[in-house]
Amino acid sequence: MTASPAPRRGVPIWIQITVWAFLVGLLAIVGVGLNRAQQGTVQPGHSIDEFTLPLFSGYELDGKTEVKITDLRGKVIVINFWASWCKPCEQEAAELQAAWEEYAPTGQVIFLGVDYVDTEPEARVYLKKFGIDFPNGPDLATRISQYFRIAGVPETYFVDKDGILQYVRIGPFTSIDQIREQIDPLLK
Amino acid sequence: MKLLRITNSPNASLRDKLLFAGFIAFTLTFTLHLTTFAQGTPPTDDEVNKIAKQLYCPVCESTPLDVCPTEACRQWRDVIRTMLSEGRSEAEIKQHFVEQYGVRVLNEPPNRLVSYLVPGIAILLGAFTLLRGFQAWKKPGVKGPTSIQKERVAKSPSEEPSDVLTGEAQPAQDQYIARMEEELRKRNESSH
Repeated sequence: MTASPAPRRGVPIWIQITVWAFLVGLLAIVGVGLNRAQQGTVQPGHSIDEFTLPLFSGYELDGKTEVKITDLRGKVIVINFWASWCKPCEQEAAELQAAWEEYAPTGQVIFLGVDYVDTEPEARVYLKKFGIDFPNGPDLATRISQYFRIAGVPETYFVDKDGILQYVRIGPFTSIDQIREQIDPLLK
Repeated sequence: MKLLRITNSPNASLRDKLLFAGFIAFTLTFTLHLTTFAQGTPPTDDEVNKIAKQLYCPVCESTPLDVCPTEACRQWRDVIRTMLSEGRSEAEIKQHFVEQYGVRVLNEPPNRLVSYLVPGIAILLGAFTLLRGFQAWKKPGVKGPTSIQKERVAKSPSEEPSDVLTGEAQPAQDQYIARMEEELRKRNESSH
């Protein structure tokens, strides 16, 4: 006569459910992250809302130590993300400065340099090296780059007089004509 | 003694005082110089890396600052070194990095209690909700006939339509089955 086997006790239901809930939560987080990563940068047609860029001393705009993007409505804004450790940024530095010198006297175009995850001393060395004198400041806590969802540096965003993003340049400009091609239509 | 004679003279006394003052001045200057040197001693790599390994490179994904080989990370390690030599504390340096590059540079969330408790509570609440949902699903309550069903039963079987969707036993089917069973029973009796 054989003894009947003891009833098998499985994992309690609450543990199973907790594990499943954890896995589903984890999948949701991964999904949201992937979705965000695939979104890419903000696209043309997007209205650029309020953000403030603090400026390095010596690189102020009309004496102001910080610039609010909404204060610049009515002007074409060229927002350039760069960093001193970024070698491709060096390729376009001279072109950007030349374009700034060309458009600054019109008073209709503002160039803003956003220094992405950098140190101020190194940034100053970079600005001095390339003779850049348009308004520049640090992207504190990466708030501005997160707003634009930049993928790297350099990236340049052209915003029209109504505050609408019109063009995104990923990577460096290779000539000043490429910059003119984007600014001139926005001035008409 | 010749020496004693010299020191006892008024000129010697003045010279001794000058020598003593010079000695004190030299000692003080040397001590102050040493103190300044101690304050300005550059931090060691270990001291820098102790903080750097608590921070992540904001550019490279998931790379601690102490082992990150990029130019940017080298600059940030220099920042740590400079701040340490200025006498800034570890907390101050980490705060500086958070202000500059955001919370994501920290290897641990700043507010541990909230960071770990909130997801845990959320998961437990979700699990509890699911558990209750499954329990209700597995043990559906035996519902009595509704007033409409009672009304249908009261009607004649021929008028009663079958309800395929709900799978509920219909009075017409019940009567049909009962008649079949009755006929089978009679057949069995007659065969015996």
